[in-house]
Amino acid sequence: MTTYYSEDHEWITVDGDTATIGITAHAADQLGEVVFIELKDAEDEFEKGDEIGVIESVKAASEIYAPVDCEIIEANNMLEGAPGSMNEFAETDAWIYKIKISDAKQLEDLLDEEGYKAFIG
Amino acid sequence: MSDTESTAPRRTPLYDLHVELGGKMVDFAGWEMPVQYSAGIMAEHAQCREKAAVFDVSHMGQVELRGEGAARKLESIVPASIEPLAEGKARYTFFTNPEGGIMDDLIVSNAGDHLFLVVNASMRDQDIGHMRANLDGVDIVELTDRALVAVQGPKAVDVVGALCPDAIEMKFMETIVADVMGASCRISRLGYTGEDGYEISIPDEHAVAITRAFLAHEDCDVAGLGARDSLRLEAGLCLYGNDIDNDTSPIEAQLNWAIQKRRREEGGFPGADRILRELADGPSRKLVGIKPQGRAPARQGVEIQDTDGNTLGHITSGGFGPTVQGPVSMGYVAVNHANVGEVVNLIVRGKALPAEIIALPFVQQNYKR
Repeated sequence: MTTYYSEDHEWITVDGDTATIGITAHAADQLGEVVFIELKDAEDEFEKGDEIGVIESVKAASEIYAPVDCEIIEANNMLEGAPGSMNEFAETDAWIYKIKISDAKQLEDLLDEEGYKAFIG
Repeated sequence: MSDTESTAPRRTPLYDLHVELGGKMVDFAGWEMPVQYSAGIMAEHAQCREKAAVFDVSHMGQVELRGEGAARKLESIVPASIEPLAEGKARYTFFTNPEGGIMDDLIVSNAGDHLFLVVNASMRDQDIGHMRANLDGVDIVELTDRALVAVQGPKAVDVVGALCPDAIEMKFMETIVADVMGASCRISRLGYTGEDGYEISIPDEHAVAITRAFLAHEDCDVAGLGARDSLRLEAGLCLYGNDIDNDTSPIEAQLNWAIQKRRREEGGFPGADRILRELADGPSRKLVGIKPQGRAPARQGVEIQDTDGNTLGHITSGGFGPTVQGPVSMGYVAVNHANVGEVVNLIVRGKALPAEIIALPFVQQNYKR
């Protein structure tokens, strides 16, 4: 399994043609305390860059974008009842979607861990 | 009016202390202010509701008005009764424009030989210019060498009282000058959180030491502008620029209580035509509390519709209420839909989310009457 990162502060851990995605701990920290998450439904299909959900913190609302063309297999419904878990477990239990990747070539446009660390400085 | 406008944000005397305490600094109305500290907005909010929190509000404008008849002259540009205000008392009011809108809201205190005003940070230049243009023979002095620190919460009386026993017996909307750690401070028992508390005007050079002394109290911790906003929203207090502005009248904003009897009878302030007419006949829209029934916050700008899809107005302030443990909003709705208990829809990201009109505040105010 390989983990990639987007410049929209999402992580995507790829396992074959499926992947798990979420937001980075850095992004969660910048957002502040998360109080509400709006998710799309399983089987919805999206193109890279489409809005696929919204995270509301005490401070503001922020969109989640599809890092690659994909179909949602499963949304993490735990987040709707416990949005605050996003602040503690952004890169583990607070994953957002499991997806089926439509175009694996797009992964090449994403950052690796080192690249993301450099990106956020 | 003002000299060359500087674009670099200004810093209060407490800037270094904010950074030391982990403050996340943001530009707010031209000032570099802490939006939150490491504890986060939720914890800072709870700190204020349950114990005591210190806020730096030094970005607000502090102004003295001196001269014969200053109170009477001020009445020509605000609709509150100022002349009869007893020495040591403070009162909430607003500058109104000729159309009956609100130019800014402020606190006026009778400080004995002068009036002491606190105005919003973003409006201080406008307000001072407005007063200079309209208050003939009144000496208008902006205090640029004083910090303003708010200590708010049910334990604020212990925190401030430990350093200044004279503050303990004060009541809501009273103001005194008292010694705090060797500095002459103006202490006013009021605030912007819905809780008991004080705002303390401190000479710049003493601001850090006194703030540190407040923070040394076991029940006291620091809080930023983020918590200040969620606290005032839950308390149903208007934010200038969001809930009140040049287009909203004080009657629409449900601030009738701030216009005393004599001023209602005599008028004599800008926009009196509209304001007195709305007092008599009722406004066409009014500011109400709105409680979303789901979990999604409805923020400023969200459209409010009736259940048939007709536009009723817009949200002016909204977010998550940490004490309420859910979303809270305020907004203007047409008066025939402003009834407590009425269900409306909030259009959030294209979806109609049901919400209920409620009586403000969301959290009961807890003042020392």
